[in-house]
Amino acid sequence: MYELTGVTKNYRKGRGTVAALAGVDLRIEDGEWLAIQGPTGHGKTTLLQVLGGLDRPSSGTVDFGGQNLAALRENQVNRVRASSIGFIFQTFNLIPTLTAQENVEAALVPLGVSTSQRRARAARALADVGLADRARHLPSELSGGQQQRVAIARALVKEPMVLLADEPTGNLDETTRDEIIGLLEKLWREHGLTLILVTHDSTVAGRAQRIGLMQHGKLSIRQDTRR
Amino acid sequence: MFFTYLRRELRRRMRQAVFIALGLAVGIGLVITVTAASAGVAQAQGTVLHALYGVGTDITVTKAPAANSGGPFGFRIRRGPSGSGQRPKAGTTFSRSTLLNRALGTLSSSSVTTISGLHGVAAAAGALSLTDLAISGTIPSAPTGGSGGAGFGSGPSSIKTSTFTVNGTQLSAGEVGPLGSGKITSGRTFTSSDAAADVAVLDSGYATQHKLTTGSKIDVAGTGFTVIGIVSQPQGGSPADVYIPLGRAQVLAGMKNQVNTVYVAASSAATIPAVSREISAALPKSTVTTSADLASEVTGSLASAASLARNLGKWLAVAVLAAAFLLASLLSMSAVARRVREFGTLKALGWRSRRIIGQVLGESVVIGAVGGLAGIALGFGGAALVSRLAPALTASLGQATGTATPGGARAFPGGGPPGGGPGGFRRLAPDAASVITVHLSAPVTAGVIVLAVVLAIAGGLLAGSFGGWRAARLRPAEALARVE
Repeated sequence: MYELTGVTKNYRKGRGTVAALAGVDLRIEDGEWLAIQGPTGHGKTTLLQVLGGLDRPSSGTVDFGGQNLAALRENQVNRVRASSIGFIFQTFNLIPTLTAQENVEAALVPLGVSTSQRRARAARALADVGLADRARHLPSELSGGQQQRVAIARALVKEPMVLLADEPTGNLDETTRDEIIGLLEKLWREHGLTLILVTHDSTVAGRAQRIGLMQHGKLSIRQDTRR
Repeated sequence: MFFTYLRRELRRRMRQAVFIALGLAVGIGLVITVTAASAGVAQAQGTVLHALYGVGTDITVTKAPAANSGGPFGFRIRRGPSGSGQRPKAGTTFSRSTLLNRALGTLSSSSVTTISGLHGVAAAAGALSLTDLAISGTIPSAPTGGSGGAGFGSGPSSIKTSTFTVNGTQLSAGEVGPLGSGKITSGRTFTSSDAAADVAVLDSGYATQHKLTTGSKIDVAGTGFTVIGIVSQPQGGSPADVYIPLGRAQVLAGMKNQVNTVYVAASSAATIPAVSREISAALPKSTVTTSADLASEVTGSLASAASLARNLGKWLAVAVLAAAFLLASLLSMSAVARRVREFGTLKALGWRSRRIIGQVLGESVVIGAVGGLAGIALGFGGAALVSRLAPALTASLGQATGTATPGGARAFPGGGPPGGGPGGFRRLAPDAASVITVHLSAPVTAGVIVLAVVLAIAGGLLAGSFGGWRAARLRPAEALARVE
């Protein structure tokens, strides 16, 4: 699925440069669940963004299904994101003016899916995450756990190859966290997804097949618990 | 999805959207009002110019009178019928009437043909602006030291003079000419069959004053003319009292093949300056006057209103509109700044920058369109207020500038009144300067509404472009990292 070779990402900070990624080499197999842990500011989110084509590395290659995301043009990366990569964010990032149903449909807009198809698929995705009865609610009318479920439905409605989750349970209480992780695990198994999840929470990370540790921009696989 | 998203977003920031739309509305409303007021002023000027100039006439060609041609003049009563060399006996009654051309220099009738043949000239008509001077009375006793003809340089009160203006009108020129701006209120105007007939059309004011109607007889240079029509000329001009066929005027004034005014209609307004130059080149000694020249001589509150509309009004509208555009752009950018994470999320979902820009532009254009509609309503309201509240404007055309404007009231110094006394010969006009009162209306034309719509959409696009440009520049990772 993914093969990262010598990936670096440097940011300018004042007169100096900060290395968010300092030569990351990583191979991720199809259908794998990788959890990435590490202290704040050590490059976890940057790695996730490079994997999702949201940011370009300063050097190195990011091979995704045979394409180097680092070398693709912006519109090509857009297409890859639109069709093959789903994102889940810590703060849910739902569009506040759109209903749950419309938020899920928004993921299908760049794929040119017809309106009727869009509605049907979004309704199905919401049903999969247990929110069929909340389809017409605005994000502000939903709890944090429900909002994250909508975000999961939005990420999965396009049937992506990979799901990138950045602290998906960071804003949730323990019970809701367990519900969400249980849901993600279920969907991961049912859909045969590749799941890459950044988390501070060791309980969450412990459910993954492999756990990587990011420190000072370097990644080391700390635990391989392939299940 | 586009319209749903657009509608919801506008509803979310309703207050800001209304604020932007109102700003644009005020700007556009002001542009419409000022444009309508300007159009009204132009229309009023047109009314004034038509009154002075004649409908359909764009240019007039005259010639300044020859030097000293306006000097003292007098009648000379012929000596006795036997030619004995004796002056008529005191107490003999007499009555004479003659047509005089003292106000303008003369042009050959061929000038009309020359002008007609110029490029850009739609029609040209020659005319003779003349004065009929009638004198009657009783021969006074012999002045001391007098010899030869009897002059009336110091005529006694028993001698009466009367004058009226006569215009010899070319009949085949359609709307062009001194009758072009008039309205026949009784009888008929000339037809080509009247060319050699002793028929006259009277100005309504003159006809009323002298109790003349269609069918009445009037004496012009000693010849009886039948009145065939009464014409009402627009307010403000100094129309001739009597119109007769040009050919008859030429014969009676002894000015065969001569005219003193040529009325010219250009094929379009745009060609007037070029036609004016061509005429000046073809007839170098003539005075060519366009409606623009005449407009520049219009003074009074109408001129002030025109100046106000042109200068202050225009710049005020531009300033308000620019401020509204700037405000809309800034608020649109600020709205985009608040939605950075939202746009970052959409990019993460695979939305292309173009689609996001389109969304921002769409929102701005809708706000602009609403502002435009409100602006049109405000503009109509403003124009109606101008029409209702604007005081009546006066326009006056100055005199004695040395140019000869047909129909205009001008003083030509150097002449003398009948009787030979010193002073200026004044063309017969009811007043020295034409003062016209015009009610200002502010018409909102379709063109102005189109302008408003274009401005509204342009304002929306401009505001949206700034916002969209800002949204397009966002790197997804950077946008998602933004803390709200």
